[in-house]
Order: sequence, then structure tokens, then C-alpha cells
Amino acid sequence: MQLTVWTYEGPPHVGAMRVATGMRDLHYVLHAPQGDTYADLLFTMIERRDHRPPVTYTTFQARDLGKDTAELFKTAARDAYDRYRPQAMIVGSSCTAELIQDDPHGLSLTMGLDCPVIPLELPSYSRKENWGASETFYQIVRGLADKERKAPPAVGENGPRRPRANLLGPTALGFRHRDDVAEISRLLRDLGIDVNLVAPMTASPADIARIGEADFNICLYPEIAAQACSWLERTFRQKTVKTVPIGVNATREFIAEVCAAAGIPVPDAIDQGRMGWWSRSIDSTYLTGKRVFIFGDGTHAVAAARVASEELGFKVVGLGCYNREFAREVRAAAEKYGVEPLITDDYLAVEDAIEAAAPELVLGTQMERHIAKRLRLPCAVISAPVHVQDFPARHSPQMGFEGANVLFDTWVHPLVMGLEEHLLTMFRDDFEFSDAAGPSHLGHASAAHAPAAHAPVAAEAAPVAEAAAPASVPAEPGGWTDEALAELGKIPFFVRGKARRNTERYAAEHGVTTITRDTLYEAKSHYAR
Amino acid sequence: MSAGPASGCDAPPVGVDGILRERGQREVFCGLTGIIWLHRKIQDAFFLVVGSRTCAHLLQSAAGVMVFAEPRFGTAIIEEKDLAGLADANEELDRVVTRLLARRPDIKMLFLVGSCPSEVIKLDLSRAASRLNTRFSPNVRVLNYSGSGIETTFTQGENACLAALVPDLAFTDDRQLMVVGSLPDIVEDQLTRLLADLGIGKIVSLPARLAGQMPAVGPNTKYLLAQPFLAETATALDKRGAIHLPALFPFGAEGTTAWLHAAAQAFGVPEARFEQVIAAPRERARKGLALYRERLNGKRIFFMPDSQLEVPLARFLAGELGMELCEVGTPYLHKGHLIDELAALPPGTLISEGQDVDKQLDRVRAARPDLTVCGLGLANPLEKEGLSTKWAIELVFSPIHGYDQAGDLAELFARPLHRRDVLRV
Ligand code: SF4
Ligand code: SF4
Repeated sequence: MQLTVWTYEGPPHVGAMRVATGMRDLHYVLHAPQGDTYADLLFTMIERRDHRPPVTYTTFQARDLGKDTAELFKTAARDAYDRYRPQAMIVGSSCTAELIQDDPHGLSLTMGLDCPVIPLELPSYSRKENWGASETFYQIVRGLADKERKAPPAVGENGPRRPRANLLGPTALGFRHRDDVAEISRLLRDLGIDVNLVAPMTASPADIARIGEADFNICLYPEIAAQACSWLERTFRQKTVKTVPIGVNATREFIAEVCAAAGIPVPDAIDQGRMGWWSRSIDSTYLTGKRVFIFGDGTHAVAAARVASEELGFKVVGLGCYNREFAREVRAAAEKYGVEPLITDDYLAVEDAIEAAAPELVLGTQMERHIAKRLRLPCAVISAPVHVQDFPARHSPQMGFEGANVLFDTWVHPLVMGLEEHLLTMFRDDFEFSDAAGPSHLGHASAAHAPAAHAPVAAEAAPVAEAAAPASVPAEPGGWTDEALAELGKIPFFVRGKARRNTERYAAEHGVTTITRDTLYEAKSHYAR
Repeated sequence: MSAGPASGCDAPPVGVDGILRERGQREVFCGLTGIIWLHRKIQDAFFLVVGSRTCAHLLQSAAGVMVFAEPRFGTAIIEEKDLAGLADANEELDRVVTRLLARRPDIKMLFLVGSCPSEVIKLDLSRAASRLNTRFSPNVRVLNYSGSGIETTFTQGENACLAALVPDLAFTDDRQLMVVGSLPDIVEDQLTRLLADLGIGKIVSLPARLAGQMPAVGPNTKYLLAQPFLAETATALDKRGAIHLPALFPFGAEGTTAWLHAAAQAFGVPEARFEQVIAAPRERARKGLALYRERLNGKRIFFMPDSQLEVPLARFLAGELGMELCEVGTPYLHKGHLIDELAALPPGTLISEGQDVDKQLDRVRAARPDLTVCGLGLANPLEKEGLSTKWAIELVFSPIHGYDQAGDLAELFARPLHRRDVLRV
């Protein structure tokens, strides 16, 4: 048994729902008790979908157990078929139904339904959401792909045809999947490549049948599509493009890999967006060496680390993922940045790690957003799990060159702007310009956000108040002299917390009981090395 | 089912009592959801669900963005190895609880909350609770109840939780009034003040805000239910000798008056005194309602089954605001506790118990009500079809009881309609 407070991933059948809800004309019959219907709200509320997910729950009750839960399943499957007339159905059990062992697959076979029925075995007590999505997509592809339908010859009667790719991995409730697909489709079109199909998102079972007609596959979200891609590689000899195009450099590499797979030359003039110049421009100098902590699903975390370090000049001080399936990739990346990889789905462990790393920016999931709020750190979301605010109305991809532009904006926005950093320092004693004013561009903070955005100021302002007190006031516990506190108060608020922590750590490590102004500067030089 | 339809007939199977009973897919939360408000109410209690990743995910999704540093609830997730041997599952549970309590010395009461998986594998949580009690008493009291979806629907989780508290309450012979059901503190205080002003001596609440302050109970206890979903809690109180005071539920000016009146009568409060005490707040409530009557009068409302608050709220909306009732769905109809409420509904109101969600949505589409009260999963799809909705869960989270919330309660229903009127997009 594992004590869990907040979870990064839902159960595996939620992964299956993400696949089914992303698709069209597919229906999922889930043997499950009524409470499990909560999962609908993930799609209709968080993602604001305007249709119910295509899921029928059998909602068996205690009084049905040992009597007719199997019959209930059959009725639900029959009713669902009659009402929705799907092209195909997937059937399976949630955690509770897994225990009563009704065998939804066997049952649905006896019913003579007039469509393919794909059974799902998703072990709820050992697997999680991403695994469930991956397994479901793989089973759907395996079950529905028509092995007779292959890519037509590269050169037909009318000369050579355009190469075709499948775009695989996007699902419902994915972090920016909608916009990534639009962005990458546009990029492919510009390269002269047709999209044979996008799946699971927007694909119908009939579309899946022709999946073999593409020349190659693009594995956009390996968490979901890697397994299906490797089956397609074996079955249809389709190559898999594996570079995930997050960031300018990765997008360039992605284009090279795509062109190689398509057998076309890499075009030399491609609009690479503004991210590179924005990052080289003088205002961005202040971004250099900003300490960033990164946590998310393996793929997004590794990609974010690369963008942060190569394209923004940040310093990666923490890197981790919650999905063990991608631990290897994250470990390799962590080694590159010289940090200890954090592979855990324990929210409290992540919080401890963030606190210990004392970053200036957190790139994480919805969970890290809350951690960062509590620790009063700026944060941007880079990965699922997501919440309603992570589904913006505007086009906001993470992938491709436009995605890189978006990354620049969303990661840099929570930080203090370049020149403003100096002005804050210069004028910090000016009564009209108190620390409490905070960065001016965050003035738009909504009421709900404001306390979090401005809280650091309030908390860190305490030493200033004390510093102003007469010298006779005794040093506060923790060993700070008034003079040292006054000096601390002069440090800009956004680094003051770090200065305080570092000084205290330095004092503890060096057996210094009273922290003087000198201790502060000794610590500063110590950590500056 | 009291009256089955002839096979092949599509007419809804309305029973001889005029109530439509359906058994199909239910789109309702399970009883675990109650933890979201119960853990805020009992401030030193921890709710430990013994369940699956699904249960943990449900709690998290229903709690939405309310992420607290370390909330006073959590899930002991059953893993494959726990399924292999039950002896080990018990040991594992003890280990989890021991670690939890060591980490949280502020916890004085621990609820082990059963789920579908724990029920199906027959993990005996009452034995676990008594085993753990011997170990942790007197510092922590360990109780158990089931919030599983195979046994409980949404608010029935609170019912099960309070019912588990009752056998544990101390005995008292004192003449007292007990208000039963978890209310927001501010509402509880308002109602208690009014009852005290009536001259009812000792007034206690179940649940209390702290584990150590749970009220005592005995044959001189009379109790008022503040919520309509507390069937088992009431039975447990009856067993302790307490006496139920049947009344309308305290929604709206009329409901609140009737509710207070039941107490006043039982405690021999003179009518003149009663009138004198309630006159001013009742007037406030009426004024508050008048603001919304125009907007809501004649508007048609459809309740999907969710919280069991549906019947009393429908009575309030029809009686005090002039709304028309298309259908009043409830997951479970406790006729005993709702007898006055049912009698106060306009004659011929269609009441449905249970659910077959697809068929019920067909009825919603056919009726095209002005407002549909429904679960979180259904709201946006209905909005997309041009049907205004109200989240049922909001009615459970918001302060809606009593005179001073009557206007707010009406406003909750008026807001979606108002919004539809102002939007030009
Ligand atoms: S319905 Fe059962 S399995 Fe599902 S969340 Fe509720 S208690 Fe857990
Ligand atoms: S309001 Fe605050 S939290 Fe929201 S985006 Fe702006 S800075 Fe970030």
C-alpha cells in the first residue's frame, strides 16, 4: 500500500479514456462502479469539451455483485452499441471490475455486436494513466490496421507523389496536443509532406485501418505512441521519427529527421521564429544562469531542460519525471546537466527537492505550480497533469518554431525583466518604489493570483522592518545581527530568500553562531565560486 | 421496481406511487466525495481512503484546485502485492497508519474510509479500526465507514461518516437539541443563535468541529436533520434513544421557518416568542428572495440526480420563487424524511429515483428547461446544446441553509439565467 495525497497520473483506464475521447466513432464500455464516472469531468470541465466522452460505465452496485454484473455489462454494451452505432468498441474493466473478473471481452464476443470489439487488459493495481493510454492506442492500432493497405509506390503514373506521414500520440486532455498538432501539420505541409492521419486525436476506426498507407510515422508523444510506432515499424516497415520538436534546436533536428525519412532534401530557408533572437537580444542577458528546476513527464522534462540550458542560458538545478517508464531518458539528461535525477511520483518528495535546490524558476506540472506558489517561486507549466488554465483559448503550441516562441514568452514572463532588475535595486529604498510593488509587468495579476505572486515580498520584507529598528534590538534567533539583517534588506527581494538561505547554510556548515555583515559576504563569495 | 413496464413499451416505468424509477448508467459521484467538505468541517480529523488509484484520482479531481500543502485526507493505494494476501494487506494498512500518525501529531480522529476495491476484497476495516484503536488510544480515535461507489452515492458518504460517529458518542440524559449534518460554520452559528434565542436550552451539533468535542446523546435528545441525506445517521441516533423532529429542510424562508418551528414546538416555545424571534430574519429572507423572484418566476428547471438535495430545493424553488419543475431526479428517495417535502411539491411533479443517464438526457433535450442542475461531467455538453446549467456540487459546497442564505441560494439559480441574458457572444 502506498499513501498518496496528490497523484500525477490517474488509473490506466483514464489513459484509455484519453485515447477514446480523442478519437471519433469509437465507443468505450467500461465495467465500473458509479463513482468512476467522475472521469468525465476531466474532459468536459478541464478541457472544456462540449461533448461527453464516448464512455458507457456499467455502474454496478453492491447488490449486483455475485448475481448479475456480467448481465449488466452485456446490457450496457448492447445499449451503447444501439444508441451510438460506433465503428468499433473498446471494452475493459476499472480497478473494481478487475477484481470481480467478469471478462468483458469474452462477454462482448458472445453478443454478436456488429463492429470490431477490442479488449483492453489494463492492470489497475500496477499500472497508470500513460501506460493505459499507450497500451490502448497500441491495441487499437493492432486490432484495426488493415495489413493489406500499404503506402503506394513513391513514383506512380503521374510521376513522384508527395511523401506521407502519420502524426501519432496526441490524445484528449494532453498538454497542448491540439496546438502542437496544428503547428506540426503546418510545418509538414511547408516541407511538402502530407499527413496521412493524426491519431488517436481526430481519427476514426476507419482512419486507423489505413494507417499503413503512410511512408513513415512521427512519434510526437512517445509516452503514448512509442509502443504503437514500434509495432508499425515491424508490421509495415514504416520508419519512426523520434525527435520531439520542442525548442528551436530540436525542431531543426526534427526537420532533418523528417526529411531523411521522407527522402527529400532539407530546405535551407525556413522561418525559425523569433525565439533565437529574443534570447540573444540584450534584455535577455539577465536570464543567464537563472536556476531552473524541471519536473514533468519524461519527454517534456528532458526537452525543457535542453531548451532551458541551450536556448535560454538557464542553469538546470533539478530534473525529474513522474513516469518511471521514461526514467532512463531522464537519467541520461540529468547526467548531462550534472544534477541528481528525481524519478518519483511522490508529490512531497518533489516539493522537498525543489525547496532544497532553491531555484529561481520552476518548470513543472499543475502540481509544481502549487508547490511553487507555496514556496513563492515563479513557475510555468510544461507538462501534464494540467488544469483548466492550461487549455488557453488562443493558439499556444509547445512544438515547432511557434512553440519555441511560446516557450520564451511563458517561461520568461514570470521572471523580472532585464533592466527592471537593476532599477529595482537602484530605487529599492525609494518610498514610492517599495519592494512590495513587485515587478511591474505582473501588475495585471488577477485577484486570485495576486497574493501568490506578491507573497514573497510580504514575507521577505520582514528583515527590512527589523533592520530599521534601533541597534539595541537583540539579534533575532538564528543568529543574525541587526547590521547583517540591514544588509540583507538591501538585497533585491527576488534573490533575498536565496541569500538568506545560503548565508544560514554557510554559517551552519562553518560553525558560525552569529551572522554578521561579514558572514553574509563570506557566504556570498563561498557560493559564488 | 414497484411497477415494471410491459416489455417493448418505451413509456418511463412510473410506479404506482407516481415515481419514476430507473436502473441504468448512473452519472453520480461516489460517497468518497464527501471527504472534500467533511475534512474541512472536522478540523482535526484525517480521512484515509483504503482504495485504488482511481479513488485517489477522484478525490483530487473533485477537490479541483483546492490543493493544500498536506490536506487531511489521502489514499492508501492498494497494490498488486496487497491483493495477493489479505494478512499482508492488514499489516500494510497498519504500517501506513502508523507512519501517517507519526507524521501528523495534530490528528485526533482517523476515519478509515472503505472503497469499492476494499469492499470487494473484503478488507475488514471495522476490525482494522478496532485493532488500531487499541494501539493509538487515547491520542487518536479510529473509526471507519464506507464511501464506496457500490454502496454510496455522493452525499451518502457524509451519511455513512456521521452514522459511524453516533455509536461512539458519549451518553447524556440532558434535555437538548441536536442539529445533525455538516454545515458551513457560519451557517451553523446562525441557526444555533436563532434556536438559542427561542429559548431552547442546550443546542449541540453533529459533527462538532473538533474530534474531542463531539456531542453526547441520549433519550432526552431531540434532533433536527439539516440535510436530507442522513438516513442511516438518523437510524443510529434513534438507536441511541434520540427523537427525530420531522420538518421541512431549512431552505428558503418557509423551509427555515418550518424547521425552526418543529424545534420550537418540541421544546414548548410559546408561539408569540417564536414569532418575535423569527420575524426579523424571516423578513430579511423574504426581501432577499424578492430580488430574484421576477427573474426565476415561471422558469423551468430540471434536476438530474446528484446530492439528494433535489426534492427540498425543488420545493423551495417552486413554492417561494414560482419556478416550474420539469423533473426532479434524485439518486435515492428517502420517503420517510421527505414526507413533508413531497407533500409541499406542486401536484403532479415528476420525481425520478435512480438514473439511466442517456434516457434522462433525452428527456432533458425534449423538455428544453431553462435550467438544468447536473453533475460536473454533464454541464458543458448541455451548455453546448444551448441549455443553461448549474453544478449540483456547488449547492453542496456553498452556504445555502437558513434565512440569511435564502437570497444567496436563489441567486445561485438566477446567475446562469442572468448570464445567458447578458452575453452577446
Ligand atoms: S466508485 Fe469506488 S473505485 Fe471508484 S472512486 Fe469511488 S470508491 Fe473508488
Ligand atoms: S497573474 Fe501571476 S501567476 Fe498568473 S500568469 Fe501573471 S504572473 Fe503568472
